[in-house]
Amino acid sequence: MINFVLLISRQGKVRLTKWYSPYTQKERTKRLGTKEGEKDIYRMARIRERKTRDINPNQMYQGWGRPTPDAFVRRIQETEIEEALKRMKSGKAMGPDGIPIEVIRELSGLILTRGPKLCNFVEWRGYKVVYRRYASLYFCMCVDADDNELEILEIIHHFVEILDRYFGSVCELDLIFNFHKAYYILDEILIAGELQESSKKNVARLIAAQDSLVEAAKEEASSISNIIAQATK
Amino acid sequence: MEQLRTIGRELAMGSQGGWGQSKEFLDLVKSIGEARSKAEEDRIIARELEHLKRRLADPDVPRRKMKELLLRLVYAEMLGHDASFGHIHAVKMTHDESLPLKRTGYLAVALFIDERHDLVILVVNTIQKDLRSDNYLVVCAALTAACRLIGEEAMPAVLPQVVELLAHPKEAVRKKAVMALHRFYQRSPSSVSHLVSNFRKRLCDNDPGVMGATLCPLYDLILEDPSSYKDLVVSFVNILKQVAERRLPTSYDYHQMPAPFIQIKLLKILAVLGSGDKQASGHMYTVLGDIFRKGDTTSNIGNAILYECICCISSIFPNPKMLEAAAETTSKFLKSDSHNLKYMGIDALGRLIKINPDIAEEHQLAVIDCLEDPDDTLKRKTFELLYKMTKSTNVEVIVDRMIEYMINITDHHYKTEIASRCVELAEQFAPSNQWFIQTMNKVFEHAGDLVNIKVAHNLMRLIAEGFGEDDEGADSQLRSSAVDSYLRIVGEPKLPSSFLQIICWVLGEYGTADGRYSASYIIGKLCDVAEAHLTDDTVKVCSHILAPISFVTYFGLFLSCVLYTEAYAISAILKIIAFEIARGRKIDMLPECQTLVDELSASHSTDLQQRAYELQALLGLDKHAVESVMPSDASCEDIEVDRNLSFLNGFVQQALESGASPYIPESERSGVISVGSYRSQEQHETSAHALRFEAYELPKASLPVATAQASMSMPTTDLVPVSEPGYYKEDHQTSRSQPSGDSLSGEFGVKLRLDGVQKKWGRPTYSSSTPSSSTSSQQATNGGSHSDGGGSTSSHTRESSYGSKRQQGTEVSAEKQKLAASLFGSSAAKADRKAQASRKTAKESPLSEKATVTNATPPPIKEQLTPAAPPPDLLDLGEPVSSSAPSADPFSQLEGLLGPASATPVVSETPATVSSQTPDLMSIFSDDVQTGPSSGSTEPTLGDSSLKNSQKGATAVASKKGPSLQDALQKDATARQVGVTPTGNNPNLFKDLLG
Repeated sequence: MINFVLLISRQGKVRLTKWYSPYTQKERTKRLGTKEGEKDIYRMARIRERKTRDINPNQMYQGWGRPTPDAFVRRIQETEIEEALKRMKSGKAMGPDGIPIEVIRELSGLILTRGPKLCNFVEWRGYKVVYRRYASLYFCMCVDADDNELEILEIIHHFVEILDRYFGSVCELDLIFNFHKAYYILDEILIAGELQESSKKNVARLIAAQDSLVEAAKEEASSISNIIAQATK
Repeated sequence: MEQLRTIGRELAMGSQGGWGQSKEFLDLVKSIGEARSKAEEDRIIARELEHLKRRLADPDVPRRKMKELLLRLVYAEMLGHDASFGHIHAVKMTHDESLPLKRTGYLAVALFIDERHDLVILVVNTIQKDLRSDNYLVVCAALTAACRLIGEEAMPAVLPQVVELLAHPKEAVRKKAVMALHRFYQRSPSSVSHLVSNFRKRLCDNDPGVMGATLCPLYDLILEDPSSYKDLVVSFVNILKQVAERRLPTSYDYHQMPAPFIQIKLLKILAVLGSGDKQASGHMYTVLGDIFRKGDTTSNIGNAILYECICCISSIFPNPKMLEAAAETTSKFLKSDSHNLKYMGIDALGRLIKINPDIAEEHQLAVIDCLEDPDDTLKRKTFELLYKMTKSTNVEVIVDRMIEYMINITDHHYKTEIASRCVELAEQFAPSNQWFIQTMNKVFEHAGDLVNIKVAHNLMRLIAEGFGEDDEGADSQLRSSAVDSYLRIVGEPKLPSSFLQIICWVLGEYGTADGRYSASYIIGKLCDVAEAHLTDDTVKVCSHILAPISFVTYFGLFLSCVLYTEAYAISAILKIIAFEIARGRKIDMLPECQTLVDELSASHSTDLQQRAYELQALLGLDKHAVESVMPSDASCEDIEVDRNLSFLNGFVQQALESGASPYIPESERSGVISVGSYRSQEQHETSAHALRFEAYELPKASLPVATAQASMSMPTTDLVPVSEPGYYKEDHQTSRSQPSGDSLSGEFGVKLRLDGVQKKWGRPTYSSSTPSSSTSSQQATNGGSHSDGGGSTSSHTRESSYGSKRQQGTEVSAEKQKLAASLFGSSAAKADRKAQASRKTAKESPLSEKATVTNATPPPIKEQLTPAAPPPDLLDLGEPVSSSAPSADPFSQLEGLLGPASATPVVSETPATVSSQTPDLMSIFSDDVQTGPSSGSTEPTLGDSSLKNSQKGATAVASKKGPSLQDALQKDATARQVGVTPTGNNPNLFKDLLG
């Protein structure tokens, strides 16, 4: 399943983000960032503290020599705390669509620095990010570890072909100024993180139907305004 | 040129209003594009947001203008700025009558918020209404939004309508309804489970798009429970066949491939359905073969399908023909120049070797290349492959490589993973304890805080308990080598704290044991550790104080983790001093030690304080007292913990007799309701007056009730029955919280049970690996001497033994492990030199073994060595040999085979005299009638000479291995000279890695 789609320019500017699974890191990020999260940390700390207080005197001294597994109270590791701190801080800077800005920054650092001949996949936090570069734009999709990377690569290309057909040799500017169109097209191709339609023709037909409605509405609006304008003359 | 085009576009858009965007938006985008710094960009966006806030709140803004404002808001959020003030406007816009506005509203809402947001409640009603709309475009927009916004709570509100839409006349709507239902299923399987049959129906939809979409939910469902979808195997195969035969409309073609995405999905489903099911797999072979034949390796999508085919084949019941095709495709991937295909090839190889480990050997070179590739992703994938093919013969090379790689990576997530893999492999395959400790040291040194703390415990235990044999000498040698290595390491800065703890503990236990280091030297080192660690972490704490968030909590946390290492250090000092006193030596208190003790006795932690005081008290005791307080080397003795506190019974009894009230456990006290204690609460329902929220459950066995009643009548024992059930309860109902009193014992119960890993080290057979390889290589000799049959038979047994090796983690006899390991060794070597030298290489190991192992242990009987049903000829040959020649020298056995007439001269071989012996061999060939066995036995000498050469050549090649073309050519030339096929131009490395 596709967890999110990300379009970034070579300069690291975000051009489009779409998040499909709300249960990834976002969950954790959010949780620790909120009041609740802070409470969690307190609770964790209390438990740890109690453990060190209760167990050590009883257990550590019974057998002088050997640190039995009992005696090892799991400590909070520094890394754990550092991570918690990081999370709490990053939780405040939530990005668009709930994706922490950090994620985007991290990924763009990872992807934009890769050489041209390397493979188009990056392993990242237990997921795989498949990316493909078109001129100055990087199309990235984050998928589960067991997905078929080549297929994802082709889904990206499928998306780009449809964009190309719609805009007529698409370029980055089209996507900047008409990002909502790109979103609409993406919605017709992917839904809930899965490919819903693999026929370009069908997608194009649907988009056209929606656009004609918009056009109709626009004409209507302009005719109304014309009427109003004429009436007020 | 590029610029010109850009300008042209801008102009065009400016004049047309760029699909309806206003000048303002264009200016915004332009100014952001021209912003020279992040700060400037932030300023621009902040200004824009201010502007939007004002405009959105303005009731007079026309609706069409609103739409644009909303899009600008989306844009601002996309750039990472908070625009939460506008979310409500997006929600409002979804209520709009006109479709364009509604769509924009839905788009913005779906981007702004997700199902857990509070505003979702306001959208659900709109979605509900829109799902009933006559305009299918409205329905589509609503369904798309529903996929994103409907969570578990809101699901019942829209579910009936979504199900109705499954039969909508428009295929676009049906498709989206299927996907929405799938999404709901993912969110909450229980609330959609009764609707699952709808997916089956949709599979027969007229529209291929709907059918394709239905495959997504079906794949999920089948993953969950393959057995209930076995009836669909034939339908899936039929669909796949039709798709592959281009029966779908051409609009589904993608780069000349017929509906590749549907094919891939179907292949995924078939892989799950056919796994471990011979009958179902039988249906698939034909169509898979077809796809392979039609496979197009030139296009990316063609490769994607082929890769999925390989996955499918490696998952279903194996079929030799299919496997062959898969292996062929895999080798094409690996030989490709594209990194993507190499990556897929490595992955495919990892899947295929699970079924047939031989496949890997063919691609040794490619694998090594990938391992040394600059591409990090490819490297990681290759490590994953190596991890899958690790055996006891190659574990050292692989783990060394992994650690080497691990040191240089910064990615936290992956470092943790690779560290845990190193540990796992080392624990599973370690050739010696010495090596294990060294490896662990390296892992801890570089990733100490990332590995599970249990690993540290295991390491300490290994050092404490040694081999598990009665060989005290080896144990103490192990310990002193550990002490040596730790004393070397301990001075280094920035060691992870868990590693420091191990060091402290080992130094404390065994630092002075062999008398090479003086007590004061070790104490000095330990003091350094404690001091350094304290200051180190204090600095850290201070830096974190600057981070304002809940500082007090963190301080507590840090304190607990800082002090813990200190506690280890001081305990270690304590132990050393105790040993010294027990030996009757006078101990001088070092000044730095004294300061440390003083410092600690004033510590904030009572734990540390107590330790410090104990140390001081110990110093004042005499020899006998110390011996009884701290017996030397007591680390391996079990500690008995009286969980029932039975020694207090007398005291309790006394107190009760004098009128004290009996103890009632917390869980049974009235008014106390905790989820964890509801079981006991049930028994005392009369006493618990509070409401119960959970449903009635089946009555429990009467035993707990009885004990509970007993506890009422016999107050003296009340501690016993109550604490026991609590303790076991933890095991079965770990998710529940429990009374605090029981939590400690419960936790220990769980922890103690995790010790299974240790067993490996207790097994006496593990350390002695040399005799095993000699016995089984001898078997390989026999196989080889039995002419051509040998190759196939050995591969046969290899396969069966491979199957057993897979489960080796749990319980496979050491015998089988040995067989597997050594058989792989010979097979790998065989693959190196291909057909011409299969027998030659079979000799390789016996020869090298023979040099080192002169008198091996008698070989186990062959029936034991070959599990399952080995080919009879191997057995026939093996049995008489082992009975007639129990001396276990492989060559003396061969003598027996040759018969009395010709045996002695041939086999008394030293490599140097090979050439002089050649005439002898010829005479055997001419004289002896038993050509079959004798030809086998002559091979060692021949094989030996060429083997020597090839090895020499190989080392030369290995040393020359370089990236340039010239080097490669040279390499090939040398390789040919010595008679090695060019594919194996780095045999030494392969032998380690793959052998």
